[in-house]
Amino acid sequence: MQRKFLLNFLITLVGIVFIGRLFYLQIGRGKNYDPIHNAAVKIEYDYPERGYVYDRNGKLLVANQLSYDVMVQPDQVKPLDTLEFCNLLKISKEVFIKRFKKARNYASYLPSVFLKQLAKEDFAFLQEKLHKYNGFFIQKRIIREYPINAAANVLGYIGEVNEILAKKNKYYQPGELIGRDGIERQYENYLRGNKGKKYLQRNNLNKITGSYLNGKYDTLPENGKDLTLTLDIDLQRYAQKLMSGKRGGIVAIEPSSGEILALVTAPTYNPNMLVGRKRSKNSTILFNDNISKPSYDRGLLAAYAPGSPFKLMNALVGLQENIIDEQTSFKCYGGYKYGNRKEEFMKCHCEIYGKPIKLKTAISKSCNTYFSNTYKRIIEKNNNASEGLDNWQKHVLSFGLGNYLGYDLPAGSPGLIPNGKYYDDRINYKWNGSTIISNAIGQGEILTTPIQLANFTAAIANKGYFYTPHILKKVDNKSIDLPNFTIAKQTSIDKKHFLPVIEAMHEVFKTGTGKWSQVKGIEICGKTGTSENFAKIEGQKIQLPDHSILVAFAPKENPKIALAIFVENGGYGSTIAAPITSLLIEKYLKGTISKAYKYREQHILNLSLQDIYDKLHQKPEEIASGTK
Amino acid sequence: MRQERNNIFAEIDWILVFLFITLVGFGWINIYAASKTEENLQILDFSTKYGKQIIWITLSIPLIVLILFLNSKFYEYFSVVFYVISLFVLLLLFPLGKEINGAKSWFNFGAMSLQPSEFVKAFTALAVAKLLSERQYNLKLIKNQVKVFIIIFAPAFLITLQPDAGSALIYLAFFFVLNREGLSLSYTVFGTLFILIFILTIFFGYLSILLFLLTLITLAVFYAIYKGGKRFIRFSWYKVMAIYLITTLFTFGTNFTYNEVFKQHHRDRFEILLGLKTDTKNIGYNSHQSELTISSGGWSGKGFLKGDITKGDFVPEQHTDYIFSTVGEEWGFLGSSFVILLFMLLLYRIIYLAETHTNKFGRIYGYAVASILFFHVIINIGMVIGLLPTVGIPLPFFSYGGSSLWGFTILLFIFIRLDAHKNYDW
Repeated sequence: MQRKFLLNFLITLVGIVFIGRLFYLQIGRGKNYDPIHNAAVKIEYDYPERGYVYDRNGKLLVANQLSYDVMVQPDQVKPLDTLEFCNLLKISKEVFIKRFKKARNYASYLPSVFLKQLAKEDFAFLQEKLHKYNGFFIQKRIIREYPINAAANVLGYIGEVNEILAKKNKYYQPGELIGRDGIERQYENYLRGNKGKKYLQRNNLNKITGSYLNGKYDTLPENGKDLTLTLDIDLQRYAQKLMSGKRGGIVAIEPSSGEILALVTAPTYNPNMLVGRKRSKNSTILFNDNISKPSYDRGLLAAYAPGSPFKLMNALVGLQENIIDEQTSFKCYGGYKYGNRKEEFMKCHCEIYGKPIKLKTAISKSCNTYFSNTYKRIIEKNNNASEGLDNWQKHVLSFGLGNYLGYDLPAGSPGLIPNGKYYDDRINYKWNGSTIISNAIGQGEILTTPIQLANFTAAIANKGYFYTPHILKKVDNKSIDLPNFTIAKQTSIDKKHFLPVIEAMHEVFKTGTGKWSQVKGIEICGKTGTSENFAKIEGQKIQLPDHSILVAFAPKENPKIALAIFVENGGYGSTIAAPITSLLIEKYLKGTISKAYKYREQHILNLSLQDIYDKLHQKPEEIASGTK
Repeated sequence: MRQERNNIFAEIDWILVFLFITLVGFGWINIYAASKTEENLQILDFSTKYGKQIIWITLSIPLIVLILFLNSKFYEYFSVVFYVISLFVLLLLFPLGKEINGAKSWFNFGAMSLQPSEFVKAFTALAVAKLLSERQYNLKLIKNQVKVFIIIFAPAFLITLQPDAGSALIYLAFFFVLNREGLSLSYTVFGTLFILIFILTIFFGYLSILLFLLTLITLAVFYAIYKGGKRFIRFSWYKVMAIYLITTLFTFGTNFTYNEVFKQHHRDRFEILLGLKTDTKNIGYNSHQSELTISSGGWSGKGFLKGDITKGDFVPEQHTDYIFSTVGEEWGFLGSSFVILLFMLLLYRIIYLAETHTNKFGRIYGYAVASILFFHVIINIGMVIGLLPTVGIPLPFFSYGGSSLWGFTILLFIFIRLDAHKNYDW
């Protein structure tokens, strides 16, 4: 028995394990050793200025301003005249006691914020008086400033980093600022720059004894980058103005580049509301408003039934699949009968009774019968509705509908473009084109967001391709070069099929549903829409006033702007969406509204749908309260 | 018996002496780094820790000379006396001891204090060596096993009562001595198994471990029946039952001991180490800081007196139990590995020399010295580099403190004295 070797063996084993462990600690881990883990090192950050934001014409949208916080370090505070001090800060004694306790509980030997973001006039006054009060001092902070009150939904806002986020992302310390929404969030890495770090030596009493290793690890701050957006802030502001008193979204895109010219949601808010002393109060107001939802970006998020503009899609698919051509005609007898029962009848408002209707007229007069016939034939082309629908979906998806578009803003909705499986899963009998006939006119299951529809219109304007919509134009004055935004995406429809559709869209504004919203000298092509919508109240499906919809681009040759407009519960597309469209197009292409159309502008500005919205919300309230 | 040569210095093992001097010297350098402050610049400033340590080191020289000049037979003859005095002194602590950090482990003599348990180790080693080296002594006999267990665990028990569980733990080191002298192998096997089960039980909870073990045993039994057939059942059924019973009792016992006998701070230390709990602020603060301190050293360290974490006093008790973290920070991987190699050399050398003894007493004592030092090194460095739970015992020859320095000096130099004499003893 080799008993005498046991101890020798164990000594060797332990020696190897210990040296291995030392190797792991000192060499393995030491390689990535960051002095931040060293208790004897204190880090001080040097924050760079956050980048500015400009619109496409160089107008300043987001800047920085100084703000002043009153800080307190409780262990340095000496007895003071509380009353006088409270008067100075304009706070009550209770507030003083509460905040002082909070600061002391946090850490007696560290400064913490006592009073946030003083008004500028208070600062000047306080600065002279404050030296009397030991332990209190004023600290400068940089906060955002918005010279133009517009596009809050696009710009987003910044907020403090919380503990959870700081744990996830090692760059941030709790309390630092980070982009929370909009481009502040999307382009946080550009805007924030990189903070500089100074490593300082300290002892266990937290006393700084000098620079750590002569600043070997120190880094300099790197300034945030300035961003130029594709937005035209004048157009944006004008669109917001036109949408006041209404709910809905507008998205305008430059077809030749995919640049977003305007991205409007209504109602909206002043971006300056989320800056400064009233920030927390205002954010409660904004984010808790579940009725008008000012913080909800309808342009990106709201998925509506597209209504009649979707007929353009079905026309294109019909042409591509050789279901119809320009000469194909259908007769309309006030509607489309899609089943044997009496109620299986879709009404039509084209008012061309019993005469053959061709594509151009069908679009300009928005004939439901024509597109129901077309759609049914597309779906049932090969006598298999499911396959037919799959094929149809393939074409629709190629326009960027039915999925996230891939634009550079941190909000979105995929909408819905159903395929065969969608209905196979939900309908337990053999379905056909008639079953889903509502899709023919953009009702039924189909859902699209304003930005998807604007992009769809841009693809028509381009006769078959589009650039993914985007909001970023330049970084530090250097144009972006991102393949996703600079390489055109082809749709599955041939170029030649777009020509008759565009002609028909032109006709809409000449003689069709948009004729009352013409602009002299500008050839507008568009399509109005009126989409039915429902709400479920107490399990009952109740029809609400229709959404007013319009898609359009202009001018007809060499289009400069393509847009989509939804006005919630606005009624016919021709009555609200059409005049807004023509005003925006005129404003963008000509710069001003000509005298001849001032009445139109005035009409829209004065128009408020608030009464309708109030009624929408009255009913459930009554039901809820029960007694009224 | 031949005449002993007059010049003891020609006979002692200078390699051991050299290792001793190196360890004590390098230890002092690190104590200096760990306890130096900006104000006192005098090396012989006796109000400082490093100044005091100089005194302890200086005073250990006459102690060494005394040990070396006494006749080596003296230690063997008087081992029982030393041992009895040791126990008596440990008992005296209860009425007269001074409480430091919650344990009555110290005698207070004005400016200085002595910790008897640091010395008792050496005397227990002498007593064990004396008993085991008796002519008729056979470790196979249960009666003899009980005798030696009593000798070992009597001081350990008294020390546990102080309470200073860390210092008492060291007495487990004598297991290596008994093993070397022929203690049944089953002790080793079962000891190891029990430690393993103990750790696994804490880690996985006792029910799952119990289930696991019982399944394992059942599988083994089935295998044995398959191989041995009825014979196995007929001859071994009671053994099988005993194994089942012992396993069950031990697992339950572990759970009970861990939850009821252990204090919360013991449990916390275990759980932090096993990764069941993370704590870098309170209980885990020391280990966490010392690990970070060592990590920051890199290949060759930050250099003497340049360890900023050491200078900032971030590692508590750095001059005593956590002295090795100073080595890690200021001397890096090379320096700390060097210290470990020094200790390994010291232990190898002691064992090598012990094996050359023809006298059983010298060999057993040498083994005890190596085992005790080995245990201290494992527990202390294991704790400092975050491999073992926090147990407050010093690193031999390295840590600050007169009692531990003298205790280890006595322990080592008695062996050196015995070793110098071995060639004349047969």
